[in-house]
Amino acid sequence: MKVIYTDSLVIGGGLAGLRVAIASMQRGYDTIVLSLIPAKRSHSAAAQGGMQASLGACIKGDGDDEDIHFADTVKGSDWGCDQEVARAFVNTSPKAIRQLAAWGVPWTRVRAGDQDVVINNEKVTITEKLESHGLISARDFGGTKKWRTCFTADGAGHTMLYAMDNKAIQMGIPVHERKEALALIHDDGVCYGAIVRDLITGDLIAYIAKATTIATGGYGRLYSVTTNAVISEGIGNAIALQTGIASLGNMEAVQFHPTGIVPVAILMTEGCRGDGGLLLDKDGYRFMPDYEPAKKELASRDVVSRRMTEHMRKGKGIPSRYGDHLWLDIRLLGRKHIEKNLREVKEICEYFLGIDPVEELIPVRPTQHYSMGGIRTKPTGESPALKGLFSAGEAACWDMHGFNRLGGNSVAETVVAGMIVGEYVADYCAANPLNISTTTIEHFMKQEEKKITDLLMKEFGENPFELKAAMQKVMMDKVGIFRNGPDLEQAVEELKVLNQRAKNIALRNRISSSNPELVEAIRVPMMIKLAQCVAYGAFLRTESRGAHAREDYPERNDKDWLKRTLTTWKDESADLPELSYEELDVMKMEMPPGSRGYGVDNIVHHPDTKKRTSQIETIREANPGADRFEISEILNPITIPEKFKGKNERIGRGFK
Amino acid sequence: MSDYERILKFHIFRYNPQKKGDKPRMVTYEITEAPGMTVFIALNEIREQQDPSIQFDFVCRAGICGSCAMVINGQPTLACRTLTSKYESGEIKLLPLPGFELIGDLSVNTGKFMRAMSERVESWIHDTNADMVDYNKLEERMDPDVADKIYELERCVECGCCVSACATKRMRPDFLSAVGFMRLARFALDPRDKRTDEEFYEIMGDDDGVFGCMTLLGCEDYCPKDLPHQTQIAYLRRKMVLVK
Repeated sequence: MKVIYTDSLVIGGGLAGLRVAIASMQRGYDTIVLSLIPAKRSHSAAAQGGMQASLGACIKGDGDDEDIHFADTVKGSDWGCDQEVARAFVNTSPKAIRQLAAWGVPWTRVRAGDQDVVINNEKVTITEKLESHGLISARDFGGTKKWRTCFTADGAGHTMLYAMDNKAIQMGIPVHERKEALALIHDDGVCYGAIVRDLITGDLIAYIAKATTIATGGYGRLYSVTTNAVISEGIGNAIALQTGIASLGNMEAVQFHPTGIVPVAILMTEGCRGDGGLLLDKDGYRFMPDYEPAKKELASRDVVSRRMTEHMRKGKGIPSRYGDHLWLDIRLLGRKHIEKNLREVKEICEYFLGIDPVEELIPVRPTQHYSMGGIRTKPTGESPALKGLFSAGEAACWDMHGFNRLGGNSVAETVVAGMIVGEYVADYCAANPLNISTTTIEHFMKQEEKKITDLLMKEFGENPFELKAAMQKVMMDKVGIFRNGPDLEQAVEELKVLNQRAKNIALRNRISSSNPELVEAIRVPMMIKLAQCVAYGAFLRTESRGAHAREDYPERNDKDWLKRTLTTWKDESADLPELSYEELDVMKMEMPPGSRGYGVDNIVHHPDTKKRTSQIETIREANPGADRFEISEILNPITIPEKFKGKNERIGRGFK
Repeated sequence: MSDYERILKFHIFRYNPQKKGDKPRMVTYEITEAPGMTVFIALNEIREQQDPSIQFDFVCRAGICGSCAMVINGQPTLACRTLTSKYESGEIKLLPLPGFELIGDLSVNTGKFMRAMSERVESWIHDTNADMVDYNKLEERMDPDVADKIYELERCVECGCCVSACATKRMRPDFLSAVGFMRLARFALDPRDKRTDEEFYEIMGDDDGVFGCMTLLGCEDYCPKDLPHQTQIAYLRRKMVLVK
């Protein structure tokens, strides 16, 4: 039995995983990163738009601070997030971005003087201040009060990932590439690493660690039309679910991005609309102001995606052999701007659509994009149920996004969570000895060996590619942007059948080493189980919140549903996961539930909302001399490592 | 795009070094072309419907991550964004990228090569203060034009096309190649990196470095990101030759 020991095992080599690894290495713990692919190819690289941090250096970000970022994030989440985590996040994001600047990210900088920009379909001149010249700039994104999304031309994710991986290489952190974690090793409620398959040789290796961090990204590939990379299949979530102990949070919270191109579903960054791009219908008509007069194209993502779908249902879409779509128009931004700040967009249009977006319209439709749900963690990043198991980034339900994530908050989460969770991982390594019996390791090793041997022995059975396609279709058709009871019920039933069929997979290519069909055969049953978690959670949640929109329950029901879904799968042979709910305590909220300001207000209020609102007023009145930091500390005390507690400086404002 | 459906013939290099007795060979697969079909779509269809053993690498499938470089009809390029309609004859020949360790079929180990390259050129900001930086304070300012220029050189996705198109690399197995030079040019331009020209000379001032380049410039011809290899190699050579 091949066994590798380490202190901190990180599964996933994207931004979040690398940042956790850097933190534990900096604290002196032996660290190994496992990755399906070379780390620099992770899906983090695809974040073209940018990272939210309230630096407030550019003129349209003037006056920005953590409080405004916090309010945008909580509103964006439709009050579904954990406000303690959201607060820790907004306070740390400026530090994260400045650290990355020191590590080499060439963030686009403020240029003093007059700049021509497009705002609300008009060319406008804004004047950047001389004292801000050379500081990190920001662009506009949906659902934010200020221009807060810091960026590197059109390659924010790429430059962040490269800087992060370069840092990891500098520190000598080993990244074991082409390795896939198949199962977590755990005993008596404590996680001790993972059974890992080498995707080239097919060897199984036990990686034994004090702390195990899952940072494997989202589960977008449960859907047939997604912007996600082909590796975003949710396997990290699935191996946590498989323990029967760790729980997944809010799996039904799945975001659709307004602008995936048709048909190949590649993302056109929100930067297109942030920089002034418009959405048009088949008549060339700009329809968003009719639906959302205030924020128009820059309403929150979930809102824009629903409005687009509504508009297409009215027959205003452009028909195509791949179904209806709408147009994204960035022509008004001009060639110079597009070729510099939206170059990736231009390249994608040229290569995949054969069009020039400087002169032509881009066919787009809402496309699966982000998984708010994931491994439920405490604010420290540790699973509340399985000790020693941590998670960070999109794989986690840390829960700063609730039921809808703001653009620019995802790469921001990866590095901020990486910093914070990384410290707690190191603390855990310091506090806990590694004490595991080889019998336990062998037990898990044999279990995985048997699964693979069984697959290789079986002569006839189901085709894993077909099962996957069937699951993706169910999810797309019945667990999509708009959801309803009968469709969801059908989805739940159809997925149950697929789950049964997945127990009968057989291979055509029966070799144990490098074998893409075997990889598929191992993953597909896990993916179907995850899909069941999403569909069943969506079926039981009889309200609409953020990206979860029920046509049969259009109201946001705080009274009954201000709670987080927790999913476990205790009995492997069961047909369905077990769901329970974790209440969100209104009396602890810094920002009690209110309206997001989109469309008609349709909220069933929680009985505590009024109480908490007046309590907050009383607290404010009782502390007339308190500054914003002191008020926030009283209303929403947070858990955060000591080193991240400092206040953030801003130009023209100091540390206030 | 015409609705006429044509049959594409894919001639694909097959060899699995993990499988005892396997021999390198070319295998032909026929599929019906679909509108907007890319080599990514075609290869997945072949794997799902005809031969589940075929190995290739895709991640982002959007031309961003650099995973899928291969030789398509004689030219190294990113397979994910190559439309099949580009090939009038309907004959498409796929070979793995030369210059890298073969994993199997069209899959090569670019990751191992690129990690070694990063270690060799020390692909990080050299500044003892970088870890001490007080991130609560305003960040160090940078000229906006300099930031833009650094990004221009950092757009490399480590796909390996330049390495496979490099004649010098064929003759010198340890030749650093354009991907390494571009990385060095990027750090040499960055005011945050405190390395001196002498230190850069230590890394690239020999025949396996920038002086070995025969300037045939396959790198310039085949870079999917249109990076300015020619200019940067010339710039580095001049910079290095001036080191005393």
